[in-house]
Amino acid sequence: MSGDALCAVDKLVPICATLDDVLPIVGVLVGFQVLVLRRPLANPRRILLGFGMVILGLAFFMEGLELALFPLGRLMAAQLTAPEFIGAAADGGALVDAALDWRAYGWVYLFAFAIGFATTIAEPSLIAVAIKANQVSAGTIGTTGLRVAVALGVAIGITLGAFRIVTGTPLHWYIITGYVLVLVQTAFAPKAIIALAYDSGGVTTSTVTVPLVAALGLGLSSNIPGRNPLLDGFGLIAFASLFPIISVLGYAQLTALMARRRHEPERLGE
Amino acid sequence: MSRGAPRLPAQAVGALLESLRDLAPIVLVIGLFQWLVLREPIADFASLVIGIAMVVLGLSLFVQGLNLGLFPLGEGMAWGLARKGSLFWLLAFAFSLGFGTTVAEPALIAIAEEASIVAAEGGMIATDAAARDAYALGLRLTVAVAVGVALLVGVLRILRGWPIQYLIIGGYAGVVLMTAVAPREIVGIAYDSGGVTTSTITVPLVTALGVGLATSIEGRNPLVDGFGLIAFASLTPMIFVMGYGLLI
Repeated sequence: MSGDALCAVDKLVPICATLDDVLPIVGVLVGFQVLVLRRPLANPRRILLGFGMVILGLAFFMEGLELALFPLGRLMAAQLTAPEFIGAAADGGALVDAALDWRAYGWVYLFAFAIGFATTIAEPSLIAVAIKANQVSAGTIGTTGLRVAVALGVAIGITLGAFRIVTGTPLHWYIITGYVLVLVQTAFAPKAIIALAYDSGGVTTSTVTVPLVAALGLGLSSNIPGRNPLLDGFGLIAFASLFPIISVLGYAQLTALMARRRHEPERLGE
Repeated sequence: MSRGAPRLPAQAVGALLESLRDLAPIVLVIGLFQWLVLREPIADFASLVIGIAMVVLGLSLFVQGLNLGLFPLGEGMAWGLARKGSLFWLLAFAFSLGFGTTVAEPALIAIAEEASIVAAEGGMIATDAAARDAYALGLRLTVAVAVGVALLVGVLRILRGWPIQYLIIGGYAGVVLMTAVAPREIVGIAYDSGGVTTSTITVPLVTALGVGLATSIEGRNPLVDGFGLIAFASLTPMIFVMGYGLLI
């Protein structure tokens, strides 16, 4: 309620969207601290300062993205998927044929790959998980290595997702195949990485990735004949959460394999 | 605090540089595509520069705040609840954290609204606004309960030391089964709802909670047992949302 009063001017206060998101979390934390634990926090001023920095930081982050990068990214997704652009890219072929041929979408796939990789590297939740994984593993899991592995997974996932929308093949076949691959990898991957790899799937799709990827999905599905934006526009996010699991498990398998080849004790990461 | 003060400027500059490096790819990609493929001049260069500066500053603040506030907070609560030794309160906390952080999630509100339009067009519900709002609210509550259940089961798993893959495999089997029987219109929405549930503030808290729990309980490895909560939180919404699609 206090959030609503504070945010009466709404758009003028960028922090409000973040606050709305944060209030229930603060409610749960404070409620349990006061009612159940009944014990003061170890370092309340520091924690409050940190919480404030996180909220302020996210507000700046989102507002900056909305000001600078999102409009360009959305415009780009729309332009790259527009029939005129696809027609022009297809060496002057007839427009209808070009729109139906999946090969005419080369730039779209390249954009999907690049934007999937780039947005994931900048994803704050992934940075948080990578920092924690690095601390917990005593440095054996490198923050950069993990983030690059996840970003590659998202890039491949989004590219495949774009291909799926272009070709109109059913979403669940890709997802089920992906799951089967994850299961097989789980059986062979080093045990220590498994939980972290599964988590990587969930953290990739938040503040930066979703808006740009959703714009790409919407652009593709509304410009390709026979696609329904409401039916086919969904599903890209699912690709972006499935493929990082595969790439992180793969990354761990690769490093474990290389370590074994060198007759070194099994290690993870860099 | 007084001891850390002289180091602060250098640390702040380092944090800014790191954020700049994190953002370089996205700026590069959009810049290159603008220049090479679309070949249109950027309309508002000033707001582009200001926006990027804000993003860099925001990301630096966020990362600094994580280590100062969110990580100690999540770990402190995990320690406190583990020391209290009450399974009920620990599970109640896990459920409330999952439910509370999800129900107001802006990305979920957006997807629930879109889903209600799909449902109305597909003839699953009446086309008037009241029916759509009820459907969207039902979907939000479904996802929030799903995330609450996910954290509850995930915390129980950490306590008991169950291997994560059995639970995940069980969950996947549930997803595959539900995909086979759920209405086609809901499948894409259900898959996406798994991805949007974990917000940027929830993730560090939940990760710290899991790692803190696994650290405070003897015989648990923070790396093997501490992670995995986020994975559950992205899995159960898919099952629950397809169940919701079956019921409505």
